Amino acid sequence: MTFTTKALLVLLTLSTAACTRPDRFGGGVNDTTGANAGAGAGVTAPTGAADPSSPQFFAQTIGDRVLFEVDSATLTAAGQATLDGQAGWLQTNADYLAIVEGHADEQGTREYNLALGARRANTVREYLISKGVPANRLRTISYGKERPIEVCSEESCYAKNRRAVTIISVGALS
Amino acid sequence: MLKWLLSAVLAAGLAGPALAQDGPLRLTITDGVIEPLPFAVPGFQAETAGAEQLAADITRLVAQDLANTGLFREIPASAFISTPASFGAPVAYADWRAINAQALIGGAVAVSGDQLVVKFRLYDVFAGTELGEGLQFAGTTQGWRRMAHKVADAAYSRITGEGGYFDSRVVFVSETGPKDARQKRLAIMDYDGANLQFLTDSSAIVLAPRFSPRGDRVLYTSYETGFPRINVLDVASVGKQQLATAEGEMAFSPRFSRDGNQVIYSLANGGNTDLYRTDLASGAHTRLTSAPSIETAPSFSPDGGRIVFESDRSGTQQLYIMSANGGDAQRISFGEGRYGTPVWSPRGDLIAFTKQNAGRFHIGVMRTDGSEERLLTASFLDEGPTWSPNGRVLMFARETQGAGGTSTLYSVDISGRNLAAVPVSGAGSDPSWGPLQP
Repeated sequence: MTFTTKALLVLLTLSTAACTRPDRFGGGVNDTTGANAGAGAGVTAPTGAADPSSPQFFAQTIGDRVLFEVDSATLTAAGQATLDGQAGWLQTNADYLAIVEGHADEQGTREYNLALGARRANTVREYLISKGVPANRLRTISYGKERPIEVCSEESCYAKNRRAVTIISVGALS
Repeated sequence: MLKWLLSAVLAAGLAGPALAQDGPLRLTITDGVIEPLPFAVPGFQAETAGAEQLAADITRLVAQDLANTGLFREIPASAFISTPASFGAPVAYADWRAINAQALIGGAVAVSGDQLVVKFRLYDVFAGTELGEGLQFAGTTQGWRRMAHKVADAAYSRITGEGGYFDSRVVFVSETGPKDARQKRLAIMDYDGANLQFLTDSSAIVLAPRFSPRGDRVLYTSYETGFPRINVLDVASVGKQQLATAEGEMAFSPRFSRDGNQVIYSLANGGNTDLYRTDLASGAHTRLTSAPSIETAPSFSPDGGRIVFESDRSGTQQLYIMSANGGDAQRISFGEGRYGTPVWSPRGDLIAFTKQNAGRFHIGVMRTDGSEERLLTASFLDEGPTWSPNGRVLMFARETQGAGGTSTLYSVDISGRNLAAVPVSGAGSDPSWGPLQP
């Protein structure tokens, strides 16, 4: 209970515009309590997002997502900088695995957007591998346009939905 | 079919020339059909005590099926000069000609316990003759809607010379919840939205169900394993199992061959999406495309020899046709914008597609060589057409704009007329229209 309160407080302080809604529904890999329990075994403090080795720190401070241009899977300069940080974190925290989720905005047909999301997720995976993250710690998935985080039908929302999000996970990637 | 055509022609010849129409009653479905054909359906006779309500319901549904096509116009009962004394009694053609009813539908309903018998006759009023022979359908009272649809299919078919589509079902994705937390589950319903049933729960994302040609199975994409995989669902038992596809990170966009023995689909590996085919009996996999571009949304030609699909190999999403064994593909879409979700008509003559251009989405059709492109709809987001069993009507999903956007099923005929929302309760997407039921 105390942990939850503390984590929430830190979360509120650190997250401004960042969306705290999980991208995955019911998959378990985004279960921060579980991830934290695994990483923080025997350690009492610091916890949550203040702990540089926590998935929360990865998501909020390193940055868990990169954005793409319309119908593109090419990394932007900003995206590459974020991924450099992700690669460094994943190398430091070698116990973690990651799933890269590719997403598209609603301006496209369903099947094409699934394929486009797969392309985006793979671009991120390849980049992380090129920066030294072992390939067997990275898996990809595409949600196409199924899981938007912003709901307006304007470019301001579309820009945030055209994303690849690196979800930190513990346990085997089966 | 040939038999009744001949008899209809013969009867018309004998009836003499003093008629308001040339030859037998025939509505040819073309782009030029603007004036709906007027028909009359006097209430079906209740031949047993207690059959009155069902007789009235069946009469209404037959009239509704026909009128909703946009090809026919029902003459209201208030205009009738006389009504038939009994089923099969001599028809007072003059009374029907006087109100310009070109087709007259007569029927009778008998109920015994839960058993229902529906009889039907169709008359060519201006020829003064019966069009085709009387038909009788027997079943249970529970299945009354299907029997009404069968009567309407028979009338439609006799007048147009083409197959009907009323006694058919649609499988689709039923949607609830806001855009950023949408819940999806598979659902099945009659073509007119009645008899809605859910086939899966909403615990995992489900996408793009596709009926088998006989309507006994449904392919769809499910995230229930955590990753997109193709499932095969048996409609009768609602049992499902994962399709053993070729090896890949994601499998999606499946569709049956017309014999139901093969499945074509997309497989993503290393971020690249290509087309594969799996033979259901042997389990053998064939890779159909090997390109660094996106290849997806495949659909077989009715003869099974070719596949239409979408690819961005030219730089943008376009439509291509290739042999069902893979190999070289020919691009068929050349207009402005992007083209996706091609579906081959069951008649073989047209490809329906989704087109995206200048910030709008369209449902359209083109010939299989890409000529004669026609856009049938336009909106913020129209997507994913599916053909009626007779290849005359398309159903698709229309999503509204903005934070409160929801998806609704619509239908439109292939001339672009008669656009209407399918009266299904709740939001829906990804419809797949099944075959005429036996």
